Amino acid sequence: MRLVVDLNRCQGYAQCAFLAPDVFAMHGDESLLYNPEADPAQREDVMRAVAACPVQAILLEITDEDMANMVAPDAVAGAGSPSGGAR
Amino acid sequence: MTSTGTHDGSLERLKREGRIVVVGASLAGLRAAETMREKGFAGSLTMIGDEPYEPYDRPPLSKQVLLGNAVADHTALPRRRAIEAEWRLGVPATGLDMAARRVELGNGDAVEYDRLLIATGVRARPWPNAEEGALKGVFVLRTRDDGEGLQRALAAGPRRVLVIGAGFTGSEIASACRERGLDVTVAERGDAPLVGALGGVIGAVAAEMHRENGVDLRTGVMVTSLEGDPSGRVRAAHFSDGSTVEADVVVVSLGAQRNTEWLSGSGLGAGPRGIACDAGCRAFDIRGIVTDDIYVAGDVARSPHALFGYQFLSLEHWGNAVAQADTAAHNMLSASADRRPHLWVPAFWSSQFGVNIKSVGVPPMGTEILITQGSLAERRFAAAYGYQGRLIAAVTFDNCRWLPFYEQQIEATAPFPPPFSTVDRRPEGSKPLPADFPDPSVPTHGPTITLSGYSPADRKMTFTPGR
Repeated sequence: MRLVVDLNRCQGYAQCAFLAPDVFAMHGDESLLYNPEADPAQREDVMRAVAACPVQAILLEITDEDMANMVAPDAVAGAGSPSGGAR
Repeated sequence: MTSTGTHDGSLERLKREGRIVVVGASLAGLRAAETMREKGFAGSLTMIGDEPYEPYDRPPLSKQVLLGNAVADHTALPRRRAIEAEWRLGVPATGLDMAARRVELGNGDAVEYDRLLIATGVRARPWPNAEEGALKGVFVLRTRDDGEGLQRALAAGPRRVLVIGAGFTGSEIASACRERGLDVTVAERGDAPLVGALGGVIGAVAAEMHRENGVDLRTGVMVTSLEGDPSGRVRAAHFSDGSTVEADVVVVSLGAQRNTEWLSGSGLGAGPRGIACDAGCRAFDIRGIVTDDIYVAGDVARSPHALFGYQFLSLEHWGNAVAQADTAAHNMLSASADRRPHLWVPAFWSSQFGVNIKSVGVPPMGTEILITQGSLAERRFAAAYGYQGRLIAAVTFDNCRWLPFYEQQIEATAPFPPPFSTVDRRPEGSKPLPADFPDPSVPTHGPTITLSGYSPADRKMTFTPGR
């Protein structure tokens, strides 16, 4: 599960760090650090973070491999498309 | 505009069965390819890259990766969509035949195109002495392999790291070293870190950040030579002030060089300053005539910006690569009346010593600076840069939510000093200061020769060593 954050757009609201703390972390008051290749187990948390970002700065790609490794194939509302690649 | 871009249908043919080649398989190249497919390009798409990896993201290499929070080979960029390209990775482009519309590759192959996008970017400026630069323990930081190697060297617990150059990358490396508890010396030729990008007023704040975090910061000095031990491993560096620093890891962080050598002799207007192009990303040839089938995007491009006096700007900014790639891709598939200019307002970020630094506009164009919110002492502020009575740029330290406001002001050519008063107290007062950028006539990289005198008999050549 690959992701990138547009840090020009990011304004340090930290919603992602609350919702997916294993993938996103604040560094100081408003810098964001993240793991650009998140574990598939974090999928739901990451999708919530993508949806919650007030400035829509997170680009996420779910690969076919991630889909195959998914434990529960239920979709999270508002994110994801079957072919992969959700903004 | 109608969908028929051209009278003869050639544009429709290009979209249906044309050949597009992208040289440079990094951020700009990938995003351009995605945009082309989004716009309905159904022809053949070839992506050429000299590294063996699919496009990856570089900003984490000097931050998360060095801190050990992410792995260098896990930085592949997410895709916005499938691009169904033919990938030629691990093989550099070595030549361009503009007349035959053909790109030559390092393995002897050639690829023909109807439209070409050049996004070859930049590479790290190497240590000027190749023999010293090849010593074990000497690094640059630009590629995934560089990030991986440096991360491993830091994890091994060197006794001291020397960072040569205190620009954004050098400062981020120093910050990561301190966070890992490593002793680090930073050598900067200028008077302060970040001085070339943000000026002396902000540079002084950056210098305090280094020193408070335990960096041994040496300014106004150059590293004159690196010394290895008998096994070929770096052990010390000699400085222009006569001092010596012992270090077992040295990171050369002296900026970047544009990857244009492969175009020499092609007739394209490419050189050490990049590839000049018009605001629609079309490359100029050496005669200054714009091409109509060769486009440029990303760090290697140099294009005029209407908002900044049509100055040719080359921007090594992540956001510029994304925006310019999008514009180039759009224009490559559009008739002339449908093309659009690249009008992105320059913006970048850095994260060092736990402080979020962001900027919009072109700070080095500024001659004056005013702290408009917060204070330098608290290291949480917004500063505006002025140029001939106009707001030209802004920088924030841990105050990034104000940046979109300044961006709008810059776009609207708002006056400087800003007429708005804030609710903030401003300990520094409301009178602008000189922004204190280095004199552009002072050489920044090594020694220079200057000429003086008028008649040929009078001509005097003066050698100015790097200080």
